[in-house]
This record gives sequence, structure tokens and C-alpha cells, in this order.
Amino acid sequence: MTDRKPVFSKILLFSMSFATLMAGRSFAQSDSVQRFRQLEEVQIRERLVPELRRSVVPVQVLSGLQLSRMHSLSVADAVRFFSGVQLKDYGGIGGLKTVNVRSMGTNHVGVFYDGVQLGNMQNGQVDLGRFSLDNMELISLYNGQKPGLLLPARAYASASAIYMESRRPVFEGRLARRYRVALKGGSYGFVNPSLSIEQKLGRRISARINSEFLNANGRYGFRSRIGTTDTSAVRQNTDIWSVRNEADIFGPNDSLAAWHLKFYQYSSERGLPRAIVSNRFEARQRQWDDNLFVQGKYRRQIGRRFAWSFSGKYSHDRLRYLDPEITTDAGFLNNLFRSDELYASLSSQYEITGFWEIGLSGDYQLNDMRANLYRFPYPSRQTLLAAAVSRLQLKNFLVEANLLSTVVDEDVQYYLQANDFRKLTPSVSFNWQAVSEVPIHLRGFYKEIFRMPSFNDLYYTFSGNSFLRPEYAKQINLGLTSANNLGSGVLRTLDAQADVYYNKVTDKIVAVPGQNLFRWAMINLDEVEIRGLDATLRMAGQAGSKLDFTLLFGYTFQKAIETTPGAAPGQQILYIPKHSGTFTASADYGAAGLSYSFVYTGERYAQKANIRSNYLQPWYTHDLSLHYRAQSGRRLLSVNLEVNNMLNQQYDVVKNFPMPGRNYRLGLSWQFDHAKRETHGL
Amino acid sequence: MAMLVLSGCRKDLGPEPEEGQPVPAETLNRVSGFFLLNEGNMNMNKAALDYFDYGTGTYHSDVFSKGNPGSSGLGDVGNDVAVYGSKVYVVVNVSNKIEVLDARTYKRLRQINLDNCRYITFSGGKAYVTAYLGVVGDPDAPQGSVSEIDTASLSITRRVTVGRQPEELAVVGGRLFVANSGGYSAPNYERTLSVIDLGTFRETKRIDVGINLHRVRADAYGDLYVSSRGDYYDIPPKLYVIDTGADRVKTSFDLAISDLDISADTAYICGTAFNYQTGKNVISYTMLDLRTERPLQRSFITDGMDQPGRITMPYGIAVNPENKDILLTDAKDYVSPGTLHCFGSNGKLKWSVTTGDIPAHIAFLKKTQ
Repeated sequence: MTDRKPVFSKILLFSMSFATLMAGRSFAQSDSVQRFRQLEEVQIRERLVPELRRSVVPVQVLSGLQLSRMHSLSVADAVRFFSGVQLKDYGGIGGLKTVNVRSMGTNHVGVFYDGVQLGNMQNGQVDLGRFSLDNMELISLYNGQKPGLLLPARAYASASAIYMESRRPVFEGRLARRYRVALKGGSYGFVNPSLSIEQKLGRRISARINSEFLNANGRYGFRSRIGTTDTSAVRQNTDIWSVRNEADIFGPNDSLAAWHLKFYQYSSERGLPRAIVSNRFEARQRQWDDNLFVQGKYRRQIGRRFAWSFSGKYSHDRLRYLDPEITTDAGFLNNLFRSDELYASLSSQYEITGFWEIGLSGDYQLNDMRANLYRFPYPSRQTLLAAAVSRLQLKNFLVEANLLSTVVDEDVQYYLQANDFRKLTPSVSFNWQAVSEVPIHLRGFYKEIFRMPSFNDLYYTFSGNSFLRPEYAKQINLGLTSANNLGSGVLRTLDAQADVYYNKVTDKIVAVPGQNLFRWAMINLDEVEIRGLDATLRMAGQAGSKLDFTLLFGYTFQKAIETTPGAAPGQQILYIPKHSGTFTASADYGAAGLSYSFVYTGERYAQKANIRSNYLQPWYTHDLSLHYRAQSGRRLLSVNLEVNNMLNQQYDVVKNFPMPGRNYRLGLSWQFDHAKRETHGL
Repeated sequence: MAMLVLSGCRKDLGPEPEEGQPVPAETLNRVSGFFLLNEGNMNMNKAALDYFDYGTGTYHSDVFSKGNPGSSGLGDVGNDVAVYGSKVYVVVNVSNKIEVLDARTYKRLRQINLDNCRYITFSGGKAYVTAYLGVVGDPDAPQGSVSEIDTASLSITRRVTVGRQPEELAVVGGRLFVANSGGYSAPNYERTLSVIDLGTFRETKRIDVGINLHRVRADAYGDLYVSSRGDYYDIPPKLYVIDTGADRVKTSFDLAISDLDISADTAYICGTAFNYQTGKNVISYTMLDLRTERPLQRSFITDGMDQPGRITMPYGIAVNPENKDILLTDAKDYVSPGTLHCFGSNGKLKWSVTTGDIPAHIAFLKKTQ
């Protein structure tokens, strides 16, 4: 605990100087903060309303200020607030955090960062805990796929998609450079400084570099029920450090042309905490990650009817796993995995008439993987995707249909390779405003898609099975949506959406026992039927001249039943609650704000059988945060104080992986702008 | 919101219901019942000890929790169970411990900590337990160990280093035979039995058998039946017969061994081999005549329960020493509760009960004890 002291004393120093800074300033400047904030929100809202209203698929968005208030460190924390999402969290800052959308499984969720998909061919899952919110402007979740044309074919190739968009620099007037320095600190030795510099490079070109360092010892106390007793202990081997560096060059972004170049680098080392079981709390396994990618996007409108776009990416990932509890004849178990991805996408869009557009997209992707495992086959996979899209937009009716063709060519250097694969999958969706005067839209979609087995599924020594087929997901969704600007009363905006859906997952890839417990094998076995309801309601308004408020409700009902022949009937699949929901309320008064959020996950089962010994209690956390933004001229100072899990509830998201209890975070950020010097002689 | 509030509260599940599963009672002269150890999946802390009482015909689930309220449970991945004297010993692998319980009350007498412990056997008032690593955390120490536990003081008295990742062990004529697997260093498996002199507690020699050894069972004629798991790819599993007089392999059978039990002059074997081409398990049930060292032509299941699909994953087998009933566990998909089937010596199913997850190891409790 002693190593927490320096962090706190630093924070204290910062807050004291901040207080000195603030003292004596007139309150009037908070009006400008408020104006600035309102402007920001209005801009984002202008962009979002048509999307919320006219989307053919369910879309949920968190943006701007809402994101910054969300008691969230990483993207994983933020997506908890989306309906239909179950976050799988092994606890702590370094713990693996993945999402499962509408019970179809993590591998069916595509994650896109600035328009290009983040891949993980090794296990097909993206750890959202590694993406900081520091940089994000918008996070959205689309069930089915993101609607629209001029998207890479990949955008049509997953059962649901999360889009993360980094903030674009905006320079007004003569501003030429903006610095943002931030420091977060908190419980469990958490310290997280970051620096961001935005530079105007030309009339329509700007750049940003953003660096962040994170360190935490992660040693949180927990009380966990083991067997029939409650045990209190401190979580061990949960330390982490990570460094993230991003550099972006933003070109113009308008209807005629747009481009964006991105460089991303992430390195980390972390302990992997183990399940808390009888007589065993300590763990020694460690993991090192290095991820690097460069990506670019270019879009151009040619004439009135035609547009095309290109995107490309190269990524290199390296993972090292060390297990000092396993001593082989060559020392500790030490696994190294390296993988590469090369990706290029070309898409086009053509407007046939004023109401009918068509589009074509083609993607090529090359993945390979190397590992120092016994009998590792050194696989590579080439994927060719082509998508044809058609969009018909009448006054009150919009319909979109697409056909996706997938060709996968698999190669291995040794042993058995998986079968090559080709498949056509359709999707169709609509949005209909039945009565022009009533601002309610009916929407629906049908989509067939699959996920390819990951390299681990196919080739991991002793469990991989190269005979695996893809896992299919069929989705039917019907819903209502409404997004309204209500004018100048107390309630200014009201967005609501509710969707019912039916999903069927077949040929689900699961691990089954082989010869013995050491010899599991992956096979296509299970079938799951999911019937669900997602509903969200968002209200925002103003009371008096200074008080803004936002309320957000989300509710999810899911009946996810295994229907594999021979399975026990009526069993809810593991880790999926029937009921879950969120509630968030935030209010700003002048420069100060308060935000409260509540996340609820109903009872679940940790294994297939819905029996007592697999039962997991519901959990619900209350988080509270206070923030203050002070602007003076070109300087903006903000302070954020969070209390998470206020009632100190002890809970597991994943059985025997206890989550942190009440914890605190304090964040300070200082943003200041530089104007361009007047040039002499002008 | 109303629904959230309504279903929001955490329920207190209360204690587990007491009543066991009823099974036809049977009066036996020598055997009063048996313990069944459910391994439970790793990280689930779901190892569970069940007890079947022949006199009352009741199958009691998870008697450890009932005998030890307020404990942290039997632990993570039960790996072996044995009855010696009036005590029952449960080896819990991931929880790094051996629980010693009173066989009648199931109350804990002692928890003995031993990292990565695997299997247990007894001789002359001592228990012998294998552990995958003699020292955990030393990169230069891949060898396993056998620890000797005094069954009176319930503490570890001596320790000997053996081959890498030792599994089962058996005592014949004052010598301890330990199966070395080498499972941590595939493809460089071990292929020997370590022989330990119980007097000096030193490894005296190694007998070359086959790769990746697992089960070791002694018959009444001084022979050891030792299973090799093969390498799961090219080298198939085998069952070797070792003559402990000559310390060498006498004969072998091409058999996959999930579990075996020796009763009088017969070995009862269930085996599962994973077929890479079909992605399916091939299940076999075999009996060996130990005098002739030849497979018997009949099966210990005669009523069709051996047909594919009836038993998903035969995992543990034990023969009642008195009435010769065959107890066979089905671990199913390993992540659901399993089933225990009891077949009469005529090969017909007598009864079945639902067990915990991965029912695996059975130990009989005798009346005189």
C-alpha cells in the first residue's frame, strides 16, 4: 500500500494548485463553459438524430460529454451501458474484457476503430479493456451491421458491430495547436498520465499525437463466497503497465473527399490473476503484449452520382505468455505468438436515381500466425470478401439489402490444414415511418452470417481441430424507434427504441472432451436459440438557464436456450441473465456536473445446467462522479472525481473471478490552445 | 425499472436440501457403501464427494460440504479418493491439498497441503502421493515427487524425487512403482516407471515401459497393469503388463484406457479414443482375464447400454468387491452433472443416479473399518 502514497500526494498537489487557480475567478466564465458544451452536444446531435431515426438496424451511441462522464476508463466500461450487451470481465484494470452481443458470443462481434476492423485471428476476440476512452469521440453499437454504402465488405461480415471513433481536431479561428495534458489516479495504485497534441497542418489538414501510460498494482480487497464460507483477501498478480501511442493525420472530411491516416502502438505487461478457489489465491502467470498497426482511409466523390473509397491496414501482434507454475524440460512454460494482418478494401457507390443507390465493396485480407508451440502448423489465411449493396430511399420508407460473398483459402506449413471455404450470405433491412405526422419509425432486419473458426480453434496443439466448419448466426429483428427534438421546454430531446429479436446460432464451436481431460477438442456442436427484447430511452433537457440534465434507461430481456439435440430442455445458456438493465442520470449546473449510473445484471448460471451449484447471484453497481470544467480564454481545466461501486457490492462477472469493490478515481486535465502568430509584413 | 427492482435483490439460497437420491437398498456383509469423487471443472471450485449407503439405499451428494459447514469446499479439481482405515483421503489437484476426513462423519481431520498433488496409495500405515513438480517455481526442476504421509500423525514425513509429472502409483512387495508421464514437455514424454524402495525411500531404478504413462494397478500375481496415453497423434494408447519379478514388460494390449479396476482375476476397462477424422469419440468396454493375460470375449455390459450414444463419456469404473456390481460413471460433456450407472454382475443396469460434474473416482467403505 505504500506505493500508493506518491500518486496521491501528486494528485493532492495538482488539486491544490487547481484550487488556487480557481479562487478569485468570477463565476461568469462558467457561462462560456456551458455555451461551449452545449455547442458540442448540438453538433454531435445534429449528426446523430437522422441516424437514430432512420437506421434500419438498432443503433446505440455514446458520444462526447456523455462518454467523458460515464465512469469509464476503457471502451469496455462504456459498452456496459448498451442494451443487449453482456460484458465478460475477469476483474481489475488488466483483466480481459470482451463483449457478447445478444448472446451470440464474442466471436460474432466486429470491432471497428476509425472505420477499419480490429482483428484477432488468434482467438477471434478483441479485448476492449485495452482501448482508452481518452481519445474517443463516439462509440456505437449496431446490431446486424452498420447501415449504408461505401463501407468495406468487412462491415457486413459480423453479426453485430462496435464502432469506435477517435476525436477529430477542430480548430476555430486562428487556433493552430492544442495541448491536452491529463492525469488520472486512483485506487489500487492506478496512475494514468496522458498527453495529446493537436496541430493544424494546413487549411483542411490536421494532426494529433496522443500518448498514454498506465500503471496499477491492481491489489484490490475482495470478499468472496468460496464453498460455504466468505473469505476476504487481496487480489494477487493483477498488476499491469501499458503504453499506448497513437498518431493521426486527418485530411478533409466533407461530402467531396476525406482521408485519415492512423498509427497505433500498444505495449503492456500484466499478471494474470487466477480463479479464487479453496486453498489457492496466488497466481504467477504473466503476459506481455505488443500491438502495432498502421491504417489509412480515403474517400472521394466523382461527379454527382459516383463515390469510391479505399482503406488499408497492416498490423503486427506479439504475445508472450509465461507460466512459472509449469516447469518443462526446457524451463518455465514460455509461449510466444506472433501474427500479422494485411488488409485492403475498395468500395464504391453509385446513385442510379434520386432514391436508389447501389454499392460494391471488395476486401482482401491476409493473416498469418507463428508460435513456438509443439506441433504448431504455422497457418495463414487469405480472405476475399465481396459485398453488393442496394439502398432504396423513398419519402417514408427505406430498404437496404446486401449480399456478401466470402472466400477463404487456408494454408499451413505443417500437418493438416482447414478446408477452404466459400459462402454467400444475405441481409435485408428496412425502416418505415407509417404515418408522417407520428415520429415513430418501424424497422426490421434479417441477416445470415457466420464466423470463421479462429486459428486457436483450428490449430492449437492438442485441442485444435482443423475439420471445423464456420459457426452460423441467423438474426431476425423488429423494432420501433423515435428520436425527437422537442424544442425549448424542460424536456428538449427524447429518443426511444425497442426491438424484439430472434437469433439462432448453429454449428457453434465448443470444446468437448476427447480422450481425457488433457485432450479437449474443438467441434461444431451446439445450437442456441435466443429470444430477446432490448429497449432504451434517453431524455435530455434543461431546467432554468443553468441546469442541463440527461436520463438514460436501458433494459434487456434474453431467453437464450440451448437446443442441441440431446441437451436438457429449457436451460438458459451460461453467463446470460434473463434480465439486465442500466440507468444513468447526469446533470450539469454551470461548470459543475454530477453523474450517477446503475448497472444491473440478473441471476445467471456459470455452467450449462441451471442448478443450484451453478447459480450466480444478481449484481448491481452504483457509480457516482462529480466534474468541474473551467474555461478561461484558451485554457480549459477539468476535474473529475469518481466513486465506483459505491455500495461496495462484492460480485463476480465470471465465476470465482471477484470484481473490485468500492473504488475511487480522480482525473485532471488541462487543455490549452495556441494561436498562430501574426505573420510580419501582413 | 420496476422489474429490475423486483428481481433485484439477492436471494439467500439457504442450505442444500438434505434428502439424497433413493436407490434399491441392499444388505451386504462386508461393504457398507462407497465414496464417489466428482472432479469438477477447473476454476469452478466444484470438486464434490458423494456417498452411497447400501444399507439405506440412499445416494448422498456433496457430503463434504454437509460434514464441514463453513468451509471453503472440497476445492478445485478432485483428482483421487481412497479409504484407508477409518479415514477417507481426497486429493484435490488445483487446490494443492489432501483432505483427510472421518469416513463416517465426513468431518475434516486434517488438510495437508501439497502443490500439484495427483494420486494416492497406501502401504504399512503410510500414504504415498504423487505431485507433478517436486519444486514449483524453479525453472531447472522439472521433476515430480512422491511424498510419504504418516496416517497416524497426518503429516508429510519423507519425499523422493521421481520422473517428470508422475501420475498413479502402486506398491508391490515393499517397492513403490510410479508412472512418469512428462506431460509438461510434449513431445519429450517420459516412458518409465520409477521404482522406489520403501525402506530407504530412494529411487532404485526405472523400468522402460512406454510414453506418457498414467494408470498403475497391481494384480494378485505380482504384475502391474500400466497404461500409456500415447502422444494423442501418432503413437496410440496402450496397456502394458509389467512383471515385478523381472522388472520388465511382459505383454501389452492396444487399448485406450480411461479407467480400469482389477477385481479378483479380472480387469474391467473403459476407454475412449478421439478419432480425428470423424471428430467423434470411439468408446470401448473390455475385460481382461489376468491369469491368461487375454481379453475376454464378453462385455461387462450386456443390456445394450454399451451402444453408441447411451453413455456419452465413460470416465470412471469400479467393481464392488463383494457383490461384483460394476459402477461406471458417465462424465457426459464434462461441464454438466454426470451419471453413475450400476450394472449387476450379469451386465444388466440395476440403477442410475445423477452425480456432480465429472464423476470419476470411487472408493469403497468396508463395514469392519
